Amino acid sequence: MALQILFLIVAILTLGSAIGTVIARNLFHAALFLIGTFAGVAFFYVLLQAEFLAVSQVVVYIGAIATLIIFAIMLTRSVMGREAGALNQWAGIVAVASALIIAALIWLFTIVKFDVNPQPVPDDAIAQIGKGFVSTYVIPFEVVSILLLVALIGAIMLARERHQ
Amino acid sequence: MVAPLSWYLFLGAALFGIGFFGVLARRNAVAVLMGVELMLNAVNINILAFWRFVRPDDPTGQIFSIFVLAVAAAEAAVGLALIISIYRTRRTVNIDEIDLLKH
Repeated sequence: MALQILFLIVAILTLGSAIGTVIARNLFHAALFLIGTFAGVAFFYVLLQAEFLAVSQVVVYIGAIATLIIFAIMLTRSVMGREAGALNQWAGIVAVASALIIAALIWLFTIVKFDVNPQPVPDDAIAQIGKGFVSTYVIPFEVVSILLLVALIGAIMLARERHQ
Repeated sequence: MVAPLSWYLFLGAALFGIGFFGVLARRNAVAVLMGVELMLNAVNINILAFWRFVRPDDPTGQIFSIFVLAVAAAEAAVGLALIISIYRTRRTVNIDEIDLLKH
């Protein structure tokens, strides 16, 4: 029961900071709210007993992506002052559309019955992930490695200062 | 189990909707990328909730969400590099003003 209440509190905090991310006028505040959301999501990974993913979430999202976003905000900073507003002229319509999407998804999840399997998570769940990467999923794993390398080189090429 | 499957799905749906709003309603390109990150996080919550509640014995769900994580990292790196590159040439990161292909 206590954990259910904790779930609801963290869910409200996560969604609240997600809303803060999308409406905050100051981009730095948006980035800090984003970090809060990532931390909340990591908490839900722990609740789902996906410990490895929770650690990856903290390392990759909070450690790397959030830092990258803050760097990008600082490098493109002069824009922030003369920004007329954080949201564009279609914000009202988009808000209605996203509310409709949320309502439709929640309606869908209430009417569809998933066959829940009450099994516990195996003790070697993390070992299974490692084995999966070198057996069944070896080709996607290698493709993702190449994708990351290409993205890295591409990012350096794109962001590099060009000297004619 | 702490909470029923539907709670996680509702949470994922709400987070996805908020991210969707961020992607379409924000003016700043960096903020649009933050919205994309929120949507990817919502997807990962859904994948892991289904893994935990439907097939906990099969690591596929976790492996798939690691792929999502890796692709999200690649997307953030390339996206932010593009934004910095656009900022260098156009002196703006306002989505409304980045309309080279329109003219």
